[in-house]
Amino acid sequence: MFSTSFTWNDMLFLLDGAWVTLQLTFWSIMLGSVAGLVFGLLRALLPRASLPLAWVLDVFRSVPLLIQFVLFNSFKSIVGLNISAFSVGCIVLGVYAAAYFTEIVRSGVLAVPPSVRRASRSLGLSYLQDLRWIVLPMASRVAFPGWLNLVLSVMKDTALVMWIGIVELLRASQTIVTRIQEPLLVLCIAGLIYYVMSLVVARLGARLERRWQEND
Amino acid sequence: MIEIDNVHKSFGDLEVVKGVSLTVNKGEVVSIIGGSGSGKSTLLMCINGLEPIQKGSIRVDGIEVHNRATDLNRLRQKIGIVFQQWNAFPHLTVLENVMLAPRKVLGKSREEAEALAIQQLTHVGLGDKFKTFPGKLSGGQQQRMAIARALAMSPDYMLFDEATSALDPQLVGEVLDTMRMLAEDGMTMVLVTHEIRFARDVSDRVAFFRNGLVHEIGSPDQVIGNPQQPETAAFLKSVK
Repeated sequence: MFSTSFTWNDMLFLLDGAWVTLQLTFWSIMLGSVAGLVFGLLRALLPRASLPLAWVLDVFRSVPLLIQFVLFNSFKSIVGLNISAFSVGCIVLGVYAAAYFTEIVRSGVLAVPPSVRRASRSLGLSYLQDLRWIVLPMASRVAFPGWLNLVLSVMKDTALVMWIGIVELLRASQTIVTRIQEPLLVLCIAGLIYYVMSLVVARLGARLERRWQEND
Repeated sequence: MIEIDNVHKSFGDLEVVKGVSLTVNKGEVVSIIGGSGSGKSTLLMCINGLEPIQKGSIRVDGIEVHNRATDLNRLRQKIGIVFQQWNAFPHLTVLENVMLAPRKVLGKSREEAEALAIQQLTHVGLGDKFKTFPGKLSGGQQQRMAIARALAMSPDYMLFDEATSALDPQLVGEVLDTMRMLAEDGMTMVLVTHEIRFARDVSDRVAFFRNGLVHEIGSPDQVIGNPQQPETAAFLKSVK
């Protein structure tokens, strides 16, 4: 017979962890999207001048996220920055997301045919008007699927923040596993929660994408 | 009036326009014909400042196009241009494509811009496509939309850069008809075209370009009907 010591309280503990995961994802994606948008536009529109930026961002894309967490956390202590572990998690994940999103935005902007921009300029639109009304809307349709992928991957990468002492979904499930010794069941439940959260994001995204594609 | 005076234009080391002079008077339709690489499309791009020039000058209504002090965005409002690739804005409906510039550049209200767009689109025969996205239109319809989009700015000049070259043969006619209508309305037009018969029909003057220079210019009956230069005759023979 199937019996378990997994209690309703454990479930609430997991959901608390899931809430932390969602918050981490939300804030780091916010940070990553705003910074990535600015950086990506700079990379696409001023490729020469922004070359040093590309080198810096390359570092954040290349060094494993776990190392970035631990290093930044130590750096924080050494410098004496008084910020919470949660903020450290958001900043590191946010910069990491920005590094990836920069490339997504850049390729989106470069995907706008120069001839279309030329046509809009020929109508008298200024450089900024062309950017606002033609380039950005067209680029965002190209960049959106990449951005959505990034959200989903960052959501899973938040699991790494447990190494700097934040209790999110994975850490919460490990705590429970240690106590009740039923790793299969607990990890299945945690996995299911990740799955549901991702599914909601993916579905919302797919709906938006479909609406855009109907126009093409 | 468009006054082109001894214009030189290079891409890197390659000089494509080598000292062209040409005047287009108000109400006149001038066609430019010639082989590919003869500099005719490039010259068109220089007229509204989309391309810089290395030497010479272009004046539109007395305004120096390639003067740093010239407000190009403002100058372009009165020079419409239609490209070989129709360059629709794919994220906007047909109506919004036409409304965009009048709203953002001329500062017209939504209602005004919409009325204007409806008028222009109906004029080019797209009266039933307002809410359609360009991706759903044929090439000919997209090109007519591009014409309406340029006309919505009420330009004084219209430039056509091989407007029918990228179209399927059966769609060429509808676009040419639209251009003919414009010419008959008295629009000042410069056409770069490979449609020799059309050029002969609508033009007041025809210029034959060769190696970045005006090789022969005159009435359509002269340049196309009875060319004085052997190269013009050879070109006309090759495109027939």
